[in-house]
Amino acid sequence: MSLSMVTGSSYLESLLQGQPQLPSSPLAWLNQLRADAVERASTLKVPTTRDEEWRFTDISPLSNLSFQPVRAESSLSIADAEKFYLEEAAIRLVFVDGVYAPQLSGQPHGTKDVGLVVTNLSEAVAAHAAAIEPHLGRYAGFQDNVFAALNTAFLHDGALILVPRSVVVEKPVHLLFIATQKEVASHPRCLLIAESGSAVTIVEDYVSLQEDAYVTNAVTEIALADNAQVDHIRVQRDSNEAFHIANCAVSLAHASRYRSVSVALGARISRYNLNTLLAAEGAECAIDGLALITGRQLADTHTCIDHAKPHGTSTQSHKCIVDGAAHAVFNGKIVVRPDAQRTDSSQSSRNLLLNAKARVDTKPQLEIFADDVKCAHGATVGQLDNEEVFYLKSRGLSEITARNLLTYAFGAEIIDRISIASLKHRLEQTVLEQTQRN
Amino acid sequence: MIYQDSKTLLEVRGLRATVNGIEILKGIDLTVRSGEIHAIMGTNGSGKSTLAKVLAGHNAYKVTGGSVTFEGGNLFDLEPEERARAGLFLAFQYPIEIPGVANSHFLRLAYNTVQAQRGKEELDPLEFEDFVREKMKLLEMNPDFLDRGVNEGFSGGEKKRNEILQMALLEPRLAILDETDSGLDIDALKSVTNGVNQLTNKDNATILVTHYQRLLNYIVPDYVHVMESGRIIKTGGKELALELETRGYDWVSVEQRTAARV
Repeated sequence: MSLSMVTGSSYLESLLQGQPQLPSSPLAWLNQLRADAVERASTLKVPTTRDEEWRFTDISPLSNLSFQPVRAESSLSIADAEKFYLEEAAIRLVFVDGVYAPQLSGQPHGTKDVGLVVTNLSEAVAAHAAAIEPHLGRYAGFQDNVFAALNTAFLHDGALILVPRSVVVEKPVHLLFIATQKEVASHPRCLLIAESGSAVTIVEDYVSLQEDAYVTNAVTEIALADNAQVDHIRVQRDSNEAFHIANCAVSLAHASRYRSVSVALGARISRYNLNTLLAAEGAECAIDGLALITGRQLADTHTCIDHAKPHGTSTQSHKCIVDGAAHAVFNGKIVVRPDAQRTDSSQSSRNLLLNAKARVDTKPQLEIFADDVKCAHGATVGQLDNEEVFYLKSRGLSEITARNLLTYAFGAEIIDRISIASLKHRLEQTVLEQTQRN
Repeated sequence: MIYQDSKTLLEVRGLRATVNGIEILKGIDLTVRSGEIHAIMGTNGSGKSTLAKVLAGHNAYKVTGGSVTFEGGNLFDLEPEERARAGLFLAFQYPIEIPGVANSHFLRLAYNTVQAQRGKEELDPLEFEDFVREKMKLLEMNPDFLDRGVNEGFSGGEKKRNEILQMALLEPRLAILDETDSGLDIDALKSVTNGVNQLTNKDNATILVTHYQRLLNYIVPDYVHVMESGRIIKTGGKELALELETRGYDWVSVEQRTAARV
């Protein structure tokens, strides 16, 4: 025990190296936030499988490697980056190894939306300090979360999206994080503020140009004011040797609506924490996820939907397709607080194992403290449904065609919920390639 | 319709089958010729749906005795998909929902598979779209159902329409409709049965598996068989269905037991 504490903290110390070199901000509160995070990070430990929240996810391979903060700026050319661009995007912000790359960012479709701010945080901080301060670091707490603390300690740059009152952004905003260097740790940070009655779609997209080990430790905070609508598409297609840790915290005000589709394809070990707080009456969230993994990958998704006020609605469908000796973990917590009467919540976790060595651990976790609520949940783990296979065979499809189609469909059901055609098509192709047998 | 020059499509002799070790079919004899419509009636648990599934080749059912000849060949030599390609079709009582696969994609895949088997031309997505829309008119089916997931969120009536649409596309020699009338309101029943009637001709045959006589007001059978405890205990003409409607099923089994004692 004491040994792991020592290695844990020295490891964190090494991760915190380079933090003091960050330029200090002109804003005192931001410097204070970072200092608090540094202090917190140096007292926390790297979690082990003895921690309940990390029972199935052994991240010791991560702490056995040393990762440095990004030093050299990457000179990534447009030719290398543009294959990841989304043709539908109104605005694109590109970060290379966590560092904002203005030469790759842009407004392919421009925007006529009055007052919409999409920029990198370090530039925005001066002009929009008053708008940022009430939100930045307020949702993704780092008291008990060493990775959020590390990210906040390094909080310098990131993506800021500020959608003013009643502005409806028609085209999606693309946040593209490209990994190009090995053995580096990057700490991407996103803040989305959707003011009352506004609507926006963001794509948070993690990609790689290499197959080496590196660490991505991301934090995203999303604040929805009254009646705001946010569609959040998250695609994690990091290198299969990479470590991807991410915390996303969402806060929903009165009658706001948050919809999220997150797809985990890459990384040797990935962990995504999504915490959604329905903080006012009539808030609504739909949270869907797909993990499609193989080899020795591990994909862990922990979600928490916290119904704090009455008349909230939440739906969640999480699916895993696990091949090879891969391991998927899902922990879906739903809290209905005493005040949250008339909550309507449903959750399903469905898992498909394509190999005898594949493994899934799924745990729905309901904590209901109100009496007038509707909460449905269910979990299945298994192979393809015999009745579905028979149905397709009875229409002339061969066994293998039937199985391929059903496996594809299992994943495509989640991909179909992505509203951006080119991204949907790309991901459908990935599902197709990864699920088809001869 | 009974024709003089008809061909035997299906010949079932002494068919026995079990599910989970329990015998459900206890010796079925049935001959179906081209042009004919047969109704198989019986109470729940009589084995009529099992017969449909066994003929289609569901792997939960084990054939333990008897023979089935389909168009002159041994049906049990064929896998379910080979039976479908050879012209046997089962319209499911509970069609399966497959979210994530567009109905149009599924229908085209099935259609092209059977077309290829018959040495006929396969259709690309655009050609198929025109073709399937014509077929949908037959069933008064909204073309929007092409873009949805297979049966995903369809009402009972829409699912049954989709089954008959598949029948229209695959043009089977022998169609087995398992409780196609269940869960249909009167309008859906009319359009579904109207579709079936337009698809029957002197070269194909239909087996209607049903609990209720109501369906037979719309699709008139040439033969009505009554099943009980895994056997066909009585066969008659369409008037037998009306008699079952007024008198129930009990008298048939009483009559059969009396006959057996003689």
